Amino acid sequence: MNKSSGLSDWVLFFGFAAVVLTMPLWLAPFGAAYPDLMQKFAIFGVFAIGFNILFGLTGYLSFGHAAFLGAGSYAAIWSYKALTMNVVPAILFAVIVAGIFAFLIGYVSLRRSGIYFSILTLAFAQMSYNLAYSVLTPITNGETGLQLTLADPRVLDAMVGIEATSSLPLPNFFGIITTGIPGFYFCATVLIIAFFISLRIARSPFGMMLKAIKSNQTRMAYTGFNTRPYLLWAFVISGMYAGLAGGLMAVTDPLAGAERMQWTASGEVVLMTILGGAGTLVGPVIGAAVIKYFENIFSAFNKAELQQIFSALPDGLENIVVSVASMFVGKGWHLTLGLLFMIVVIFLPGGIMEGVRRIGRLMGIGKKPETQPVSVANSQQGQANG
Amino acid sequence: MDAILLQILNGLDKGAAYALIALGLTLVFGTLGVVNFAHGAIFMLGAFCAVTFNRVLSMSTKVRDESVTLFEAFKEVPILTTKFPVVGPVILDYAVPLSLLVAIPIMLLLGFAMERGLIRHFYKRPHADQILVTFGLAIILQEIIKHYFGANPIPQSAPAAFAGSANISAYFGVGENIIYPWWRLIYLAFSVFIISCVFAFLHLTTFGMVVRAGMQDREMVGMLGINIQRRFSIVFGMAAVVAGMAGVMYTPILPPDYHMGMDFLVLSFVVVVVGGMGSLGGAVAAGFLLGILQSFASMNEVKSIIPGIDQIIIYLVAVVVLLVLPRGLLGRKGVMED
Amino acid sequence: MDNVVLHVADVHKSFAGLHALSDIDLSVREGETHAIIGPNGAGKSTLLNVCIGRLKPDSGHVVFDGENLTGKQPHQINQLGVVRVFQTPEIFPELSILENVMVPILAKRDGSFKLNWFKRFGAENEVRDKASGILSDLGLGSMLSEDASSLSRGDKRRLELAMGLSQDPRLLLLDEPTAGMARHDTNATIELLKDIKASGMTKVIIEHDMHVVFSLADRISVLAGGRIICQGTPDEVKADPRVKEAYLGEEQV
Repeated sequence: MNKSSGLSDWVLFFGFAAVVLTMPLWLAPFGAAYPDLMQKFAIFGVFAIGFNILFGLTGYLSFGHAAFLGAGSYAAIWSYKALTMNVVPAILFAVIVAGIFAFLIGYVSLRRSGIYFSILTLAFAQMSYNLAYSVLTPITNGETGLQLTLADPRVLDAMVGIEATSSLPLPNFFGIITTGIPGFYFCATVLIIAFFISLRIARSPFGMMLKAIKSNQTRMAYTGFNTRPYLLWAFVISGMYAGLAGGLMAVTDPLAGAERMQWTASGEVVLMTILGGAGTLVGPVIGAAVIKYFENIFSAFNKAELQQIFSALPDGLENIVVSVASMFVGKGWHLTLGLLFMIVVIFLPGGIMEGVRRIGRLMGIGKKPETQPVSVANSQQGQANG
Repeated sequence: MDAILLQILNGLDKGAAYALIALGLTLVFGTLGVVNFAHGAIFMLGAFCAVTFNRVLSMSTKVRDESVTLFEAFKEVPILTTKFPVVGPVILDYAVPLSLLVAIPIMLLLGFAMERGLIRHFYKRPHADQILVTFGLAIILQEIIKHYFGANPIPQSAPAAFAGSANISAYFGVGENIIYPWWRLIYLAFSVFIISCVFAFLHLTTFGMVVRAGMQDREMVGMLGINIQRRFSIVFGMAAVVAGMAGVMYTPILPPDYHMGMDFLVLSFVVVVVGGMGSLGGAVAAGFLLGILQSFASMNEVKSIIPGIDQIIIYLVAVVVLLVLPRGLLGRKGVMED
Repeated sequence: MDNVVLHVADVHKSFAGLHALSDIDLSVREGETHAIIGPNGAGKSTLLNVCIGRLKPDSGHVVFDGENLTGKQPHQINQLGVVRVFQTPEIFPELSILENVMVPILAKRDGSFKLNWFKRFGAENEVRDKASGILSDLGLGSMLSEDASSLSRGDKRRLELAMGLSQDPRLLLLDEPTAGMARHDTNATIELLKDIKASGMTKVIIEHDMHVVFSLADRISVLAGGRIICQGTPDEVKADPRVKEAYLGEEQV
């Protein structure tokens, strides 16, 4: 039974990898198969997976994860500027810097729980955001955002004789430029690795302890566990994921601005995780993709296009429909987002994965008893993947 | 000395806004047990009530401009002034305070609708769900406003009589030469009045006593056979009215835009937490305190010693208070720790 | 037999001026089952909470096997082998019944913190076998993969007992293990506790039910008004007039 559950994890993993890598094929009919958007799917997928390690497993709701994302972006750009345009050191730096940052903030914030924890993380993120705009301008370049310049030293590149001549150099993975489609495959590979690690964490004794903390933290202490380091590690790992996502943003576009640290950005990752299904493995990735997809589709519409779509309707009705619909598209797509947010929380607290599970249950009423696995590993997996 | 007094005064008006918003947040949290992230949006809606009211009042028609004699020229004149030449201009001038009359019933209805339609179904849900659903609502409200009013701030003017500044030293005999805008003084007085009204209501009426008892121990009140549920809508409506009025009166100080609610909400939440979850007095005290602190932190003298302090002071205070006094300044044990 | 494992020495505890515990001096010997009885509000639960670090005594200390427990964190006390079973079941409602027992076994095996994120929880065969064995002994063996929240109250208490036993505690503190149980469940639990007694595990039981107390306890301490008024074997306690006055008088045996 163990073997089979281990096996089903591998099936899940390879299925996930296949779906991610074939995105350019199956997204084409949806009009979403262009590199920019697919990169976003992968990057925010990483961000949401990481957020889920904290929120989904331990139940601690952080409202400040964007700070780690921003820190990761800045670290990656600095690696470009100071060392090399190769993305590997940039990403390593992003993860390490975000990890250290998360350790410091987590160490303090985890002294409290519940909404106090949420407010502490929010306060730290807002401080980082405000400072990035003001005092830390030498590091962050303030409102303009941190950019590459021709005069950057790039010590390692200079050592091997790569010099930027007339135009700004591009980030590369040992010579392969990481924008466009290659950039997508790079991000997709990172996403798959990130997913694999989160799968292992969720299935490990460590992950089980995190779930137990979510279930009954007091009991954990009387069971002999020191919950603080468990939570701190979950926080740091999840911060490192955010840093990784920030690093990936710098991989596809070598630019970092403070707006990435704003609390609305933290709210967005919360929404992605909840929408997909907090505590599930693939849910957050789906949530991230759905939101980025809708953002892209909805914000691209304009009034003329709407009029074309509804042109079949009688004139008076057409105008009404168009004016109502126009609230939800273009710049107003956040309205759609808010609505989606409310609908999910009200009707589907478990997110999309919960919906899938419910549909699955409806479809498979008859055969359920036979296929219901008895082993603990399987039942746990049932909870985690739906 | 003058500089210090001036900074205190400067902090008070912002502090008053924090206090009014935080008061409603705490009231709703204490009685209903709901964390309302849409409370800032109500403040913003209040401000836009003033904007709308002002727009309705200044609806204008084209009138022949008599001052131009060479050709037929037209100018836009508010209907109100043409129809009521005496009262019209006065009403227009006092559009902001007058819009309170419109804002109060609107906010009350909005509060009822929110409580009945949405919040009610979230009493038993986890705090995370409450935060998320009201967060969604806040996004919706601000996007609707953005759709109709655009993204830019819309300046509103205070009545001409209060547009200038008062020489505080001359009027109140403090300091030597403290000049302070009249409208901010009005706002301050208004806030104090509203806060006193809320406290008087809670302490002097039977209804208020039940509400306070509910904040102390919700289960207990339920056991006494008092239908606390029915009173929830009223409490929620009251909180909405307070936030809405705070928004209306704040428009001449800060031109309202669609995201002002979120900006104030985040800070007000920090205020609530610093004051102590569930403590009304704490919320008010912390609101004023943080407003003043923020004002001091933005003094050049302070900024030159600790650069950037003005940007982070409120959050820094929140962090320190939470770590040193886990329940805030005046909070009780066991509130919101699950 | 006279080897003292737990020594509560001169413990005082008061809440807002009310003396919950005064001059508590209590010794629990290795391998014995020590019952603490007393009327409601006598301070029994407070005493237990002081032992596991939930409450800090105002003065005095609790020594377990030469280690001073006062001021230690709950998880440190647990790691020393002192395990408490709560009166209102403290379980992990969202985890399966089997996982509920596997988690404490891992606490015993791996210590208070271990970052073993690359291992598979599902591959912990020994731990699972041990957990399912204990659960079968307690009659919960048929529903291992169900959520613990689906259990009845009585079964939740049994599950918690299983969680406590799974750690092979050196000292087991039981807070009214049969409260709220039906008669036949109570008897089954008594039988189970007798079996554990045979294994030589030291136990402290707080109990209301005299039937349970007298069928299990080697020694009894009677607590009244925050003081120990009598200590001895069940027969000695039965015979003591002060006990009759303070306790047995109100609830005839």
